[in-house]
Amino acid sequence: MPLGKVPETLLDGIRVPIEEIFGWPTIPMEGIGIPPQAFIEKRNQFYSHVLLKAMADARWQSSYPECEKILGITRADLATPVLTFVFGEAQLGGRFGLISLARLGQEFYGQPENENQLLVRTVKEAVHELGHTFGLVHCTFESCVMYFSINIRDVDDKGVDFCSGCWPVLAKKMEVF
Amino acid sequence: MAHTRILIVDDEEVMRDSLSDWLREDGYDVVAVESGAEAIEKVKAEAWNALLVDLKMPGMDGIEVVRQVKKISPELPMIMVTAYATVDTAVQAMKEGAYDYIAKPFDPEQVGLAIRKIIAHQELLEENVALRQALRKKHEFQNLIGKGRKMQEIMETVQTIADSNANVLITGESGTGKEVVARAIHQASSRRERPFVAVSCAAIPETLLASELFGYEKGAFTGATAQKRGRLEQAEDGTIFFDEIGDMSLATQVDLLRVLQEREFRRVGGEVLVRLEARVISATNKNLKKLVQDGKFREDLYYRLNVIPIHVPPLRERKEDISLLALHFLKKYSVENGKHLTDFSPEAMELLLKHDWPGNVRELENSVERAVIVASGSLVQAENLTLEMGLGPRGGTGVSLSSEGASLEDVEKVHILRVLKANDWNVKKSSEILGIDRTTLYKKMREYGVEKVKEE
Repeated sequence: MPLGKVPETLLDGIRVPIEEIFGWPTIPMEGIGIPPQAFIEKRNQFYSHVLLKAMADARWQSSYPECEKILGITRADLATPVLTFVFGEAQLGGRFGLISLARLGQEFYGQPENENQLLVRTVKEAVHELGHTFGLVHCTFESCVMYFSINIRDVDDKGVDFCSGCWPVLAKKMEVF
Repeated sequence: MAHTRILIVDDEEVMRDSLSDWLREDGYDVVAVESGAEAIEKVKAEAWNALLVDLKMPGMDGIEVVRQVKKISPELPMIMVTAYATVDTAVQAMKEGAYDYIAKPFDPEQVGLAIRKIIAHQELLEENVALRQALRKKHEFQNLIGKGRKMQEIMETVQTIADSNANVLITGESGTGKEVVARAIHQASSRRERPFVAVSCAAIPETLLASELFGYEKGAFTGATAQKRGRLEQAEDGTIFFDEIGDMSLATQVDLLRVLQEREFRRVGGEVLVRLEARVISATNKNLKKLVQDGKFREDLYYRLNVIPIHVPPLRERKEDISLLALHFLKKYSVENGKHLTDFSPEAMELLLKHDWPGNVRELENSVERAVIVASGSLVQAENLTLEMGLGPRGGTGVSLSSEGASLEDVEKVHILRVLKANDWNVKKSSEILGIDRTTLYKKMREYGVEKVKEE
């Protein structure tokens, strides 16, 4: 579910890998605008918890009763009241997750754009936040997608899939649906 | 780190939620409260691995929270979190005992580092505990606890003699743990799976002692409606422990001597000979040699019982064991009472070490048990301890001033002894301090049986 303007190619591009990893179908959803109250003027960023709340409050929810998990995607640079930035945020064991593209593109780090790299990074963060919605917490294995990335290098270093420790936990959580 | 418990105190809901959500994603068990007072209650009631404290809060601010928590749970690492970072407040927070200091909003890398530091700190503490436990094991043997030379010697003796059948006589003041030594011998021996039967010779009336020890046949006396096995028989091939053997009457001493010589006895009113298979351990807080001289204890029985003598020293003669014993009882009663006490404050430990312990290990155990009940947080404080102040056996009066009350005479005795001790038994100087003349002081010392004793 896009929040604000998000490139269609990216929205489409992440669906197949997510379906393959989780084994569930995905549905592209109608987007919503970024709520103005999420803006942090002093930091020129947006509060991720306000965006998550806007997703949960949206009127369209009843149109997608079959959707167990809803992933928001935004280009807004996200932050929380206590953290200077986040790549994404999710309700632990809840329905909603959210990722930001702002710091996933090479241009944020003064490098030329790289669409392929952006797609891979986006998939990793999407799978990571969806993992949280299934109740998974951060993993200590650097190659696991649930590893907590504190910078873009960490994102690049980790894999797109769950490690052998996290996967059984996820599978068990998915059984209840 | 799935079971690492973090307590957050912040008056702003959005901050609490944000920090909690983020830490939960990292797998921590998080509880957030909105005031310093609530945080202190939580620290008192439960065990935590880290406390994140907001600096600016209405009412009790973060510095005050850190100050108070430090008193209750000094080992709990605290991170001061604030939106108003200044060098002054950082320095003050660290001075009060905060482990780290971070300014909101913080870089994810920064918090990760702070938390990792805490985990490392926790692991170090756990390692210390493990090392202490390993050391404690070295100083413990079958519930016998002591690192000092005297207790180590007793432990060695117990291990050496455990498997022999020789009679053992354990001597020592009340409360020194004579029965613990007897049980240790039993546990260390090959008889450990067999019964350990304790008989308190002072507790059983003389008229009943014989039937209690030897048992009786049906119809042996009025009321003997069925055959009963006595304690000697109940002990089977285990251990029979005669506590307070010095209180046994001369008549029973004759019976017991015969049993020890012949290794067999008859039930009261019975004909059948029953074999004594148990090992005999006796204990007394009396000077048996003196009782022998006074004709109150049979010499032949004394030598029969005293094949292996073990003397358990009073606690004041093994002060090096006080901290070890106190920690042992602290652990035991914390578990029993569902508390999270881990240690004594330096002031509380000083009190324990300075006390004379006239009631020995039993008194120490009782004091620690009482303290555990009233203490909160992770430390027993000096004010949690109610120590009985008395002369103890060395003063010759055995007077003890309990917190429940004491007579004026008792208080006078204790006070005179204290002043004398403080002035190195200089009667002239002491009488001046007490405001009485030397003759009166001598008179009172005689009256109360106060006499100079050699300090250990």
